Amino acid sequence: MSVSEMFAALQGALGQDQDIREEIRKVVQALEQTAREILTLLQGVHQGPGFQHIPKKCQKAREHFGTVRTQMESLKTKFPADQYYVCPGSHTATHRHHWRFVLQRLVFLAAFVVYLESETLVTREAVAEILGIEADRERGFHLDIEDYLSGVLKLASELARLAVNSVTAGDYSRPLRISTFINELDSGFRLLNLKNDSLRKRYDGLKYDVKKIEEVVYDLSIRGLNKEATVGAGGEK
Amino acid sequence: GSGGFRKRKHDNFPHSQRREEKENVTPPSALMASFKSFQLELDTRHDKYERLVKLSRDITIESKRTIFLLHRFTSAPNGEEILSESEVKLDAVRRKIKQVAQELIGEDMYQFHRAISPGLQEYVEAVSFQYFIKTRSLISVEEINKQLVFTAEDREETTNMTSNSCDKQPHTWSLKVTPVDYLLGVADLTGELMRLCISSVGNGDIDTPFELSQFLRQIYDGFTFIGNTGPYEVSKKLYTLKQSLAKVENACYTLKVRGSEIPKHMLADVFSTKTELIDQEEGLP
Repeated sequence: MSVSEMFAALQGALGQDQDIREEIRKVVQALEQTAREILTLLQGVHQGPGFQHIPKKCQKAREHFGTVRTQMESLKTKFPADQYYVCPGSHTATHRHHWRFVLQRLVFLAAFVVYLESETLVTREAVAEILGIEADRERGFHLDIEDYLSGVLKLASELARLAVNSVTAGDYSRPLRISTFINELDSGFRLLNLKNDSLRKRYDGLKYDVKKIEEVVYDLSIRGLNKEATVGAGGEK
Repeated sequence: GSGGFRKRKHDNFPHSQRREEKENVTPPSALMASFKSFQLELDTRHDKYERLVKLSRDITIESKRTIFLLHRFTSAPNGEEILSESEVKLDAVRRKIKQVAQELIGEDMYQFHRAISPGLQEYVEAVSFQYFIKTRSLISVEEINKQLVFTAEDREETTNMTSNSCDKQPHTWSLKVTPVDYLLGVADLTGELMRLCISSVGNGDIDTPFELSQFLRQIYDGFTFIGNTGPYEVSKKLYTLKQSLAKVENACYTLKVRGSEIPKHMLADVFSTKTELIDQEEGLP
């Protein structure tokens, strides 16, 4: 094979990668659109009257995740299954690089919905199911553990905000529950030995969320408002 | 005296500690359990990555040494010896690559690509340099990958003992150099070829520079054909490639113009001053 033939063949391979990249970009744009819609929907919970409509909003959000699943299906068809981590664009960027951001946001949104519904942390398997993807690498398009953890960290910041706003809306018991949850999450993350990467950077922000929520709980307890909340809860029984 | 004091202090200490421990014992929740498994998963992944980085560094170092060895080829009277020695060295590098391939069994190679890419590029450079010296042509990706198919020699021995079913399917695995790794390696190769050109003139070899300029031009044309379809790193190397090519072309020019006038034994001197001049010119924008 002559030198020019070799380079022509290489160019062909690189050109194909470029086509794949463009296809991926299109689907990712659609996914981003859906993610924004879900986010807008869930943002409603931060406003006073939104607190009463949490179940309804969660249900709506779950309907939107149906769209996400079909979009994920189409993303899966855009490239060979074994090329999840392939690096076409830059030498250091991967196919995954294109959908990473939106995938993390979708994990956050799914985790947020699950938290609002049941006040528990969504498992990796459950998120994968909500998004219509796999939890294991072996079974195809999967949810990478780092993306899952990044999404969970985004949830922590959102809950810090929710704690503040629920006090404003007069719900004094929610911050206490959020505090327990976030503390557990924090001790969970403490178990991990993170490398100096983007996940680590985001994890470094978790302590500020913890601090914020602790401040809210402090403000409530110093005014005796947390007792009121528990008494109120007891009274309901 | 002091012993008693120590003892008293000792008595107080564990007591408070014990109490703390008791308070900390909480039933392991589902969340903590899953984070424990995440810890395991992340640690396994990071460990593998580190092992691959180390292998990659070893591959880089050995490949670099092979290249240095091959540069001695032109000046040495016993060229064959150096070629066979380089073959031995490259075999050692391939054994390292085999270890890399073993690490990557059942993994997605591209997930760890960043760890091994530098080593693979250097290997491509060394192998293609040797191939050029031997055949005066460019090695193809397929050719390189063909040498990176490994069979499990030591594993066969154990499987023979235990079961026969494994024997029917000979266990082989391979590592594929990606097109981009190949391209970056070849781009580095051109730098070595430029050095080869300059040093061969020093040895009074007048044919090699012309051959090299021809070859480099082909590669340069190839890279310009790829242009910006390739990743960013490739276009970055294109600039250095252009400089190397200019250096070789200027060398050929000097040989052509001045070669007939100057006695052969003085050629090296004239040439070395000329290259210095070129270097200075390149410093200007």
